[in-house]
Amino acid sequence: MDNTPKVMQIVSRCEALFDDLHFNAVKDWKAAVPGRKAIGYMPVYVPRELIHAAGMLPVGILGGGDSLEVIQGDAYYQSYICRIPRSTIELGLTGRLDCLDGMLFPSICDVIRNLSGMWKMLFKDKYVRYIDVPQNYQDEVGGTFYMQEMQILREDLAELAGRPITDADLNASIRVYNDNRAAIRELYAYRAAKPWQAPTSEVYLVLRAGMVLPVEEHTALVREYLAAAEGLQRVKRDNARVVINGSFCEQPPLALIKSIEMAGCYVVDDDFMLVTRWLLGEVPADGEPLRELSKAFLHASASTAAKYDATREEKGVFLMKQVKNGGAEGVIFAAPSFCDPALLERPMLQDVLSKHGIPHTAFKYAENTGQMAPIREQAGTFADSIKLWNAA
Amino acid sequence: MNTPIAMPKPTGSAKKPPSVQKEDAMWLQKELINKNYAELASARANNRKVSATFVPGNLNELLMCFDFARSLPETNALQNGMRKKSGKMIMDAERDGQSEDVCTYVKADLGMMMGGEVGPSGEVLPRPDILLLSYTGCFTFMKWFELIRHKYGCETVMLHVPYQGEGKIAPNMRDYVVKQLKETVIPTLERISGVKFDIDRLRQYMRESVKAEENLVAVLQSAKHRPSPIDGYFGAVYYIGPIFTAFRGTPEATEYYRVLRGEIEERMRLGLGPVTPDGAMGEEKYRLVVEGPPNWTSFREFWKMFYDEGAVVVASTYAKVGGLYDFGFRHDPDHPLESLAEYCLGCYTNLNLPSRVDMICKYIDEYQADGLLINSIKSCNSFSAGQLLMMREVEKRTGKPAAFIETDLVDPRYFSAANVKNRLESYFQMVKAKRGAAGAGLSVPMASLGPTVIPISPAH
Repeated sequence: MDNTPKVMQIVSRCEALFDDLHFNAVKDWKAAVPGRKAIGYMPVYVPRELIHAAGMLPVGILGGGDSLEVIQGDAYYQSYICRIPRSTIELGLTGRLDCLDGMLFPSICDVIRNLSGMWKMLFKDKYVRYIDVPQNYQDEVGGTFYMQEMQILREDLAELAGRPITDADLNASIRVYNDNRAAIRELYAYRAAKPWQAPTSEVYLVLRAGMVLPVEEHTALVREYLAAAEGLQRVKRDNARVVINGSFCEQPPLALIKSIEMAGCYVVDDDFMLVTRWLLGEVPADGEPLRELSKAFLHASASTAAKYDATREEKGVFLMKQVKNGGAEGVIFAAPSFCDPALLERPMLQDVLSKHGIPHTAFKYAENTGQMAPIREQAGTFADSIKLWNAA
Repeated sequence: MNTPIAMPKPTGSAKKPPSVQKEDAMWLQKELINKNYAELASARANNRKVSATFVPGNLNELLMCFDFARSLPETNALQNGMRKKSGKMIMDAERDGQSEDVCTYVKADLGMMMGGEVGPSGEVLPRPDILLLSYTGCFTFMKWFELIRHKYGCETVMLHVPYQGEGKIAPNMRDYVVKQLKETVIPTLERISGVKFDIDRLRQYMRESVKAEENLVAVLQSAKHRPSPIDGYFGAVYYIGPIFTAFRGTPEATEYYRVLRGEIEERMRLGLGPVTPDGAMGEEKYRLVVEGPPNWTSFREFWKMFYDEGAVVVASTYAKVGGLYDFGFRHDPDHPLESLAEYCLGCYTNLNLPSRVDMICKYIDEYQADGLLINSIKSCNSFSAGQLLMMREVEKRTGKPAAFIETDLVDPRYFSAANVKNRLESYFQMVKAKRGAAGAGLSVPMASLGPTVIPISPAH
């Protein structure tokens, strides 16, 4: 009999999925029913409901992490470009993404945008689409455009699926994703309330499992983890409560997240895999589905550097809410090297935090960063200084 | 009032001692650019509102409808780069919290503002009343204006221009841009300027634009001639100056392009090559297509590396960053807003990579070029991400050799003259070898021609 605590069993399963750069979970899902298709997508956000409604598996592609040896991918990029496109190309060229029938490249930055064209040139037999999202938030302007873009995607996926995607299909998928978003909100609320019970190194893996598992299975997994986490009492430490910002695209190595925690920080909110939390509330599932998805995007979605803030006053509001709602004492800006969105956004967010008296620190990483000592030292010093300031 | 319509004549005062050779039209261009700086510097005294916007998707005709004095931050940054002022500005911005990893145009602009907003001409530039955020083909544009807004409180108005991900302009993309113009951009410009929008005024400016566009295309396409009477990269950056900035739609621009075309056609008739800073270029030995923006901090030194070897650039993608006129686009006074939308959607950096490759291959064919050179810019992911694949694809499709160098826009730390020169010399030898082999009827595999695909690293 396995005496490993349930929570560790769940985390182990998630870690195995995380480590598997051959996407066997996707292959297994496809093999279970002949004819099934899977569609990859990159950060930050795509309306996964459309893929699900087509009967396909949405698969989040977040680069190769720190265990993939990038050989061919490096030949496609200059030294001053971030890591995620080169490891993603490596995944593609080494056949690891052959299980995908298509790839979606959301509007996040010029590198990922151009990667969409590279994918068209390199993988001519695959469905490839750049997903533009509106930077105008009026329903009749940006909303109309976004609905039209979603309609094109819907028709393309229907053609791939060989059947139409009805409004009823879409509404059913919205319900399924509403449930997933609710579960993840519970997970984030639980971690913010008891970060010692749900360390971010575990929460991250649970979230990451949602990149390859069917959404229904992932929702169940999240709830299972929540129950199991509550069932295992762990030591509560006097750590600094922090929000991590800037890691919304290229992912930090898992060791980096662990290092931050080991250095004395409880991460109470973050911007990892925002696709799972982009739409903030429940999307109505009984209306015109594309309109509802559009309204949710325009009026009730998360904020990140890739999204335009229409006024100066809006800058940093979302981050300040994360700080306030999470009871955070500081913010760690952890951005990938050469990440234009995160690094250009950072000075503005730092300024907002400074004006509100919120301590912050910043460092850069790459998905294959190996040396954690400097990060552990910096995070540790930051945590110590927060505790000293709080005591003062 | 709007830009005066009187056409300035080239004056003796603008001409400098002949240490630098320029065509008459180049001097005229310089006068126009300086005149715009003078207009900006005197805008407050003349009770004019000031706009800032970007070169790709520059809606100059529309901004003129509201009598704005018009600033273009990229142009300010490059002018500061050419005047060797940008290095300090960039470092000032980095000391103020900007990352060393991000666009140096942005940092040069922020550094300029921090330094008292003294522009390239030495005059103090006014803080813009409105930042028209034409979000066309460059993600960084959005953060750039957000940063200025955050620091200086200037209002922004967004014009989101969808990317041509599928290699074409779909009707819904055009409709979206037009709607934004009607619902957001024009009302904002009216409110800020206090001037009511007059669509007939816009049409009038567009009629002028078309005349200049026709002549610009004739100038750029003159490089199909042998020898080419122009340099389609180093020379073209002068030629595109007025039309890509504050002058498109003015009679001054119309006149400038008329004079320029006349000058170029005369050079072509006489069988002359381009005018370089050291005078007339010698024998045309190599005809190249260049992809990517130039380096501005060592512009003349960079150009010299080409003309010293007899290399002329016959076509460049950078000269299309403010509009693809040579592929037929013209502003259309009969459909003014739709035409503005198509203009923004069609700018070079808004094209997807397969379209960019098609365009380069077409240039190599139509301009009878010997090969492709990519100047990869550290600052500009919009241009640079994917260029190594583009290079391979162009080599594969055309059979012509390609080479790759790395520099930056306005950060002098990223221009390594020795490295660039070595690479260029190797490349020219390779072109010669390839040409010789072709002449002898031999097939030379690209791989045997050396490591053209290995990017060189600049001195950091």
